[in-house]
Amino acid sequence: MNLFDIVGPVMVGPSSSHTAGAVRIGHIARRLLNEPVAKAEIYLHGSFLATGKGHGTDRALIAGLLEMRTDDERIPDSFSWADKQGMEYSFAGIELREAHPNSVLLKLTGKNGRYQEIVAASLGGGRIKICKIDGLEANFCGDYPTLIVRNQDQPGHVAEVTSMLAHKSVNIATMQLYRDKRGGSAVLVLECDKEVPRESIKWLEKLEGIYKVTYLSLKEGGEEP
Amino acid sequence: MSFQSLEEITTSASRQKKPFYRVIMEDDMSERQVSEEESFAVMQEMYHTMRKADESYDGAMRSASGLVGNDGQKMEEALQAGKTVSGDFISQVMVRALKMGESNACMKRIVAAPTAGSCGVIPAVFLTYQKKYQVPDEKMVEAMFTAAGIGMVIAERAFIAGATGGCQAEIGSASAMAAGGLAYLMGGTEQEITHACAIALKSLLGLVCDPVAGLVEVPCVKRNVIGAVNAVTSADMAVAGIVSRIPPDEVIDAMRTIGMVLPCSLKETGEGGLAATPSGVEISKKLISNF
Repeated sequence: MNLFDIVGPVMVGPSSSHTAGAVRIGHIARRLLNEPVAKAEIYLHGSFLATGKGHGTDRALIAGLLEMRTDDERIPDSFSWADKQGMEYSFAGIELREAHPNSVLLKLTGKNGRYQEIVAASLGGGRIKICKIDGLEANFCGDYPTLIVRNQDQPGHVAEVTSMLAHKSVNIATMQLYRDKRGGSAVLVLECDKEVPRESIKWLEKLEGIYKVTYLSLKEGGEEP
Repeated sequence: MSFQSLEEITTSASRQKKPFYRVIMEDDMSERQVSEEESFAVMQEMYHTMRKADESYDGAMRSASGLVGNDGQKMEEALQAGKTVSGDFISQVMVRALKMGESNACMKRIVAAPTAGSCGVIPAVFLTYQKKYQVPDEKMVEAMFTAAGIGMVIAERAFIAGATGGCQAEIGSASAMAAGGLAYLMGGTEQEITHACAIALKSLLGLVCDPVAGLVEVPCVKRNVIGAVNAVTSADMAVAGIVSRIPPDEVIDAMRTIGMVLPCSLKETGEGGLAATPSGVEISKKLISNF
């Protein structure tokens, strides 16, 4: 926490958890998808479902998916911006198991057909957590460039990823590893102190046994062509 | 931040012969590794954004629920018509607190200080004081650092979220921050600054967070008024030489212990207090989101 978490942030109201946090969730989900959103199916859970309309959580999520920031004055009108940009969206309620009260499931389809499911939670004060990506654990906050690698659970993949990062002089801030079962699907989540080069991500994607690589870049315009 | 108590800040200030705000600003500079100019510029931007939010209030707007809107305008009209008994300064503080609280509820851009729900307290006090006494912006930014430093200590020792500590942690903290900043603007000493903070917080201890339908509207908007007015009276008392018999840091600790024993139903869940009254429940039923 720094001084400007106390006085600040500058944000569009009314709630840091239900509005500002929701914008951030949408924004990070959009960056993870790595292409403009064509269709967003949004499922609200808990307090997001019960008080979301009154807090503008719905409009905040759409605003984030359109890459608006938490202080963007277009947030209240985000639905019409979505219409203008040809983004389809729908909302429904859902009961997510063992989820934080302010949680949302986003099923996103990109303009180029990329599909991603994200479960995220708003923790209060505008802080958020990406809980799951495509059904597997993720657990990161979106404050760092984050690399998420899904691979077959077999020896050597962690070493491949970490030695690539070492080679590119990228320091790892945090590292998590999950799998569904021995020899099944595994996921590696790495929060890094600096950006991972795009060509290294492309190289990873081509490796045997690696199913999917998702990357959260914090750079403006840090998108693949 | 490197300070765990208000006492550490005042001790550090007197040892280094620097004002309270300067100790806070230098702590931010070392914490974020920025220059004095950068630190000052960010705080100045916060203050300017508060002013802009105050000036762009629109009495015609309503919150999505329809519960909130137009009260700032009503209060302003009453003030202009000379119908208020609380005096020009206090009435202006009330007008600004209502306006900012309403702007927040209506999805306008505000500065969380310390939270979105309590965003009206500090600007109501500071903008009104600046206008009346023609204080230069720089001095106002110094008062912002003073307030922010107090808020940091409260966040370290207790909490600033309604969900963890009740409304005393939001409006109470905002009021304590505004009181300290105002005491500084009035030429108060370091001791008077922290005692203004203590007196303000003491008066709001135990205030629960019981928003109707879980929304940052009822009673949040009007509680910004009491937070702001309480800050003014507390700073007046402190600068008059009245001290808090309980030292400021101990008052903050009391806020924490009270917050810990408050039941969950009175900590932003919308299940107790005003939210649980027959009218509160009825409003809530009508507003249940239909997704």
